[in-house]
Amino acid sequence: MAKGGLDAQARQGYALIAPPFLYAALVLAAPLLTILAYSFLTDGYLEVVREFTWANYVQVWTDPIVRTVMLRSLMVSALVTLVTVALAFPVAYYVSFLVRPQKKATWLFLITIPFWTSYLIRVFLWKVILGYNGVVNSSLTGLGIIDEPLTFILYNVNSIVITLAHAYAPFAILPIFVALEKIDRSLLEAGRDLGESRAMTFWRVTLPLAMPGVLAAVLIVFIPTIGDYVTPELIGGGKIPMIANLIQVQMLALDNRPLGSALAVTTMAIVAVVSIVFLLINRRFLKVRS
Amino acid sequence: MKGQGRGLQAYALLYLLFLYAPIILLPLFAFNSGTIIAFPLQGFTTDWFSQMWANATLRTALANSLLIAVSAAVLATCLGIFAARASTRFEFPGKGGMMGFILLPMVLPEIIVAMSLLVVLLGAGVQLSILTVILGHVLICMPYAIAILSTAFSSLDKSLEEAAYDLGETRWSAFRLVTLPLVMPGIISSLLISFTISLDEFIIAFFLAGNQPTLPTYIFSQLRFPKQIPMIMALGTVLVALSIVLLALGEYFRRRGNARMGGNPTRGFL
Repeated sequence: MAKGGLDAQARQGYALIAPPFLYAALVLAAPLLTILAYSFLTDGYLEVVREFTWANYVQVWTDPIVRTVMLRSLMVSALVTLVTVALAFPVAYYVSFLVRPQKKATWLFLITIPFWTSYLIRVFLWKVILGYNGVVNSSLTGLGIIDEPLTFILYNVNSIVITLAHAYAPFAILPIFVALEKIDRSLLEAGRDLGESRAMTFWRVTLPLAMPGVLAAVLIVFIPTIGDYVTPELIGGGKIPMIANLIQVQMLALDNRPLGSALAVTTMAIVAVVSIVFLLINRRFLKVRS
Repeated sequence: MKGQGRGLQAYALLYLLFLYAPIILLPLFAFNSGTIIAFPLQGFTTDWFSQMWANATLRTALANSLLIAVSAAVLATCLGIFAARASTRFEFPGKGGMMGFILLPMVLPEIIVAMSLLVVLLGAGVQLSILTVILGHVLICMPYAIAILSTAFSSLDKSLEEAAYDLGETRWSAFRLVTLPLVMPGIISSLLISFTISLDEFIIAFFLAGNQPTLPTYIFSQLRFPKQIPMIMALGTVLVALSIVLLALGEYFRRRGNARMGGNPTRGFL
């Protein structure tokens, strides 16, 4: 009976999960496997020649332009992640620990609203805010604080970082908030009762317990930013391409699908490696919790 | 404690200002009569809005975007109901792996989803159109739909369904009469969130729409022309107002849903 029951349950489960699973297999797995296959093929004129080769990967790993763009993407994503998570943590802490329970949902709602407004227009407006005659520069010159417009926030990596830190803010705040909410408040009182200072309690109790949320935030921000296409295009003016722009150029403009595929697969591999590293670190912190 | 709280509160408010800076500027430039998007502002005008209404390409783009967003929201939510129900109610081998795979688009850079799908569609000789955009949007909306629906399904009391079975309902009629009404708020917020994601999605629409404009790809194409930008600001203002209305509705249904489940009506997003 027990076994029969389990089988019936499993059958029902499979029947239910089949439609979404098959859809994902068809629209996601098949294309991903295709570009994986393409990445080992040779590029011919207007077509892909079915000849196995490592040449695309050799080119991805040795070409100086690819390396520059890849390193820049990694650096920008790392910087964006660092800035976003560092700016987001105090907000999540404030909402979780200092806002009254009835008001928490409203705060989270306020934090998520800007995220749902047109991404393109938000990115463009950062260009307006940071630009040469932009909001920041014209107000600062108008107030007589500076004579010359600030150039360090102009159409460069810094402006990309600011724009992306804005775009991914809620992605960082929400997981950290959830982790902070789960902390048993009596542990903090215990820390204080045992004679720790407030700062030490935060350092030795709150922060380690919040770490799973922080690591989740790091991953959630890092992964999409490394593949961001719009911001380098709009803010950087196409002059500081990131990996997504390079993939697009290879795939479409230069019509070199195998090389573009190899770039995409390499990017996914890098993302996967970074994710695994962070998940392993996370496992250590989860052990602390239990 | 007081001092620390004040400092954090000031920081949180500043952070909100940072988050809202672009949205605050949007209507300022939309109603500004100057053609250059910079301070100081010139005078008040609603010309950009009338220019926007008169724009035929924009209307096509809007119609396309609405069609795509409605289809993607309905399809993603339907598929999401299957997955959420399977994951919250049944145990079977390989469940974690299968669910992880379905949720994968959430953590995959969008450019890779778009490019790989494009390569396959072109290879198979499929004509790029609104349909191919819907195909991609369903894929990326599905994980968000599942996340919302799983919350709705998991807070469901199993004994209610069992009571319905005991009272002679079939599996389907119990689902229709008991489960569905209880998870309805979740379904509505899943529809709204999927709709909003699809309406704003750029990368997939940019590569898979062929020569059909959608709202984001139209906006992107116009941002290159300084003359068009005030009109885009007007369009952005309308879109922001619309998003806020939709989100407020979604939030209302979510809170009502939580209240109906006997939970705390102010419970958070996750």
